[in-house]
Amino acid sequence: MNLEFTPEEQAFREEVRSFIAENYPKHLADFGMREDMSREDFLAWHKILGKKGWSVPAWPVEYGGTGWTPTQRYIWSEENARASTVMPLPFGVSMVGPVIYTFGNAEQKAKHLPGIVSGDVWWCQGYSEPGAGSDLASLKTTAVRDGDHYVINGQKTWTTLAQHADWGFFLCRTDPTAKAQEGISFILVDMKTPGVEVKPIKLLDGGYEVNETWLTDVRVPVENLVGVENKGWTYAKFLLAHERSGIAGVARSKRGIEKLREIAANETLDGAPLIKDFDFAKKVSQLEIDLAALEITELRTLAGEQAGKGPGPESSILKIKGTEIQQRLTELTLEAVGTYSAPYMGGVSNDNGSNEHPVGPDYAQHAAATYFNMRKTSIYGGSNEIQRNIITKMILGL
Amino acid sequence: MDFNFTEEQDMVRDGLSRLVREQYDWETRRKAIASGAGWRPEVWAQLAELGILGMPFSEADGGFGGGAVDAMIIMQEFGKGLVIEPFVPTVVCAGGFLKHGGTAAQKEEHIGGIVAGSSVFAFAYAEPKGRYDYADLETTAKKDGAGYVLNGHKAVVIGAPWASHLVVTARTGGERRDRSGVSVFVLPKDTPGVTTRDYVTVDGRRASEVYLENVSVGAGALIGAEGEGLALIELVTDEAIAALCAEACGAMKVAHAMTVEYSRQRKQFGVPIGSFQVLQHRMVDMYTAYEQALSLTYLATLRLGSDEVERKKAVSAAKVGVGQAARLIGQEAVQIHGGNGVTDEYAIGHFFKRLTIFDSEFGNVDHHLKRHVALS
Repeated sequence: MNLEFTPEEQAFREEVRSFIAENYPKHLADFGMREDMSREDFLAWHKILGKKGWSVPAWPVEYGGTGWTPTQRYIWSEENARASTVMPLPFGVSMVGPVIYTFGNAEQKAKHLPGIVSGDVWWCQGYSEPGAGSDLASLKTTAVRDGDHYVINGQKTWTTLAQHADWGFFLCRTDPTAKAQEGISFILVDMKTPGVEVKPIKLLDGGYEVNETWLTDVRVPVENLVGVENKGWTYAKFLLAHERSGIAGVARSKRGIEKLREIAANETLDGAPLIKDFDFAKKVSQLEIDLAALEITELRTLAGEQAGKGPGPESSILKIKGTEIQQRLTELTLEAVGTYSAPYMGGVSNDNGSNEHPVGPDYAQHAAATYFNMRKTSIYGGSNEIQRNIITKMILGL
Repeated sequence: MDFNFTEEQDMVRDGLSRLVREQYDWETRRKAIASGAGWRPEVWAQLAELGILGMPFSEADGGFGGGAVDAMIIMQEFGKGLVIEPFVPTVVCAGGFLKHGGTAAQKEEHIGGIVAGSSVFAFAYAEPKGRYDYADLETTAKKDGAGYVLNGHKAVVIGAPWASHLVVTARTGGERRDRSGVSVFVLPKDTPGVTTRDYVTVDGRRASEVYLENVSVGAGALIGAEGEGLALIELVTDEAIAALCAEACGAMKVAHAMTVEYSRQRKQFGVPIGSFQVLQHRMVDMYTAYEQALSLTYLATLRLGSDEVERKKAVSAAKVGVGQAARLIGQEAVQIHGGNGVTDEYAIGHFFKRLTIFDSEFGNVDHHLKRHVALS
């Protein structure tokens, strides 16, 4: 056992670091809030990486993957976090892409994978419903076969960034008589199809990141069914395990702790930098210790993957600890900022269209909004309570 | 020992509770926050009419002879409805400075306006670099004839956009962070040289950055003795902290009740989520945290008249305990509400936001733990 990188791996790090330095769009460096970004902003880095052949590192090489080892992928995500890049969104790259290349047919692969690789096609996820959150399998959206089409009716919710989406992947009930987990199908829907309506949901940080998606008599060709009809739950679970392992955000949190230390060095307490205050410094160190543990846990999981094991139920640990650390980081940042945590967006009100310079230091601007926004992380992707249920059942065997 | 309220106090609570319930419904509050004014002057007028704004002043000063317990009752009810009107800056802070440090002439000049609802005050104590130390002041007041000239920048002054008057802390002598040399001034907001930048706060209130540029005030603007203001500031802010703790208790009580109710209504896996023991125990922990916070709020409120050390220890204990409970209850309430908890539409997120910002007012948990240590 050892934790050292090989000379080859170090050379790889140099290579990706200089590629990022030379190619990452300058105007997207250190972007504060996702709400402020346009569709083009979100896709800019993805498209550059698509041309370079680096947009989907984890995929099999035949579909556009890089063939990197898990260690190289880890270095890649670390270097991106160091530069605070806006990474390709997960809906295509980490969610529907792997489902399509694993369970889809040749036509589906040919039609959909290139757009995900290039960043030309934006995907959204139609899973949760108002009555089906943690209990996802109780979903009620139906897809009824009518000749060469499915006719879809229902309401999805929390569809992240669906306002920009070209395509969506939806879980629909195709056999109303089957038990909950059976009778569900995984269907791809062109978001421009008549009957698809996306309505924004305002969140408590003031932004519009998620939507309600209504489907009314949406006619979708049967060739958009992925895999086998009524077996969608299998693919949905496969996707969720993939989503979970990416959700840990270790490299981003590392960068976040560096930023927190910078903020705390700038804030003063009794005439000295806040970071010199033992009470505060202790909390930052505790967070760093938790993150160090998570990092090694994630590397152990990656090593397991390298040995041919897919992400298993232990990815629930990554989700629980990763999101707890992300939340704690925003909490400590808010604490560091102190009095200037109160102004809304640094005093810039969305509603009156003001674009004045923010009050207080720049780093204080989004501290409260980010803290509020990150409460979602212990709720989405299978709430942390559900993750604990998974570990209880799958690992403890209780 | 007596934890009972008087008949008059019960009446005040019932009256306010009705006002909040009937006139402070969620949609009206939301509209008021989004409006140009950002608050409801008509509610303020009603509070004056009900005698709420005059409650903590003595009858000799034109008030109704109430005390800290009355302020606590009032603030609990405000917390339940997330009332945004500036009771603490005006009645507790400005009122407190006048009561404890004001001359007969200053009381005469200002208390009547507070009681009648015609004068609204904001308390400009924080500064960009001062964190939670009231003596860490860059704002200066230089003697000029009989009066003073003020210069400086006060940060995040809650309620300032609505205020007719400001209470400002400034240094008249000594070095930054010295205990001596701190003075308190009261002045009309339209005094030449005062400019503000107004904005919305994340918990739905309004605040300003207040800039003082060669602001001339007369000798009558000084509250208390020149350079001896810190003890007075500590007393008044302790009263403000007790009031804010009471507000947080009101907000926590409602946030907890809403969460329990949501867990009854929300069904997953064919049953109400409130039937899951893992959530039950967390709601029990929230409840326990609330009861403990309420006890500390009682302690702080009842010790406001004690000697300085007892008072400060009790107030710091409350700010720590309520701050910790506010964080726990706010976060858990959102978590148990699931996705709905992070929406703007559900009220719970707004309680969470108010309970979050509570910690940064008049010193956070760490600050008051340190003060408690220093006094122990």
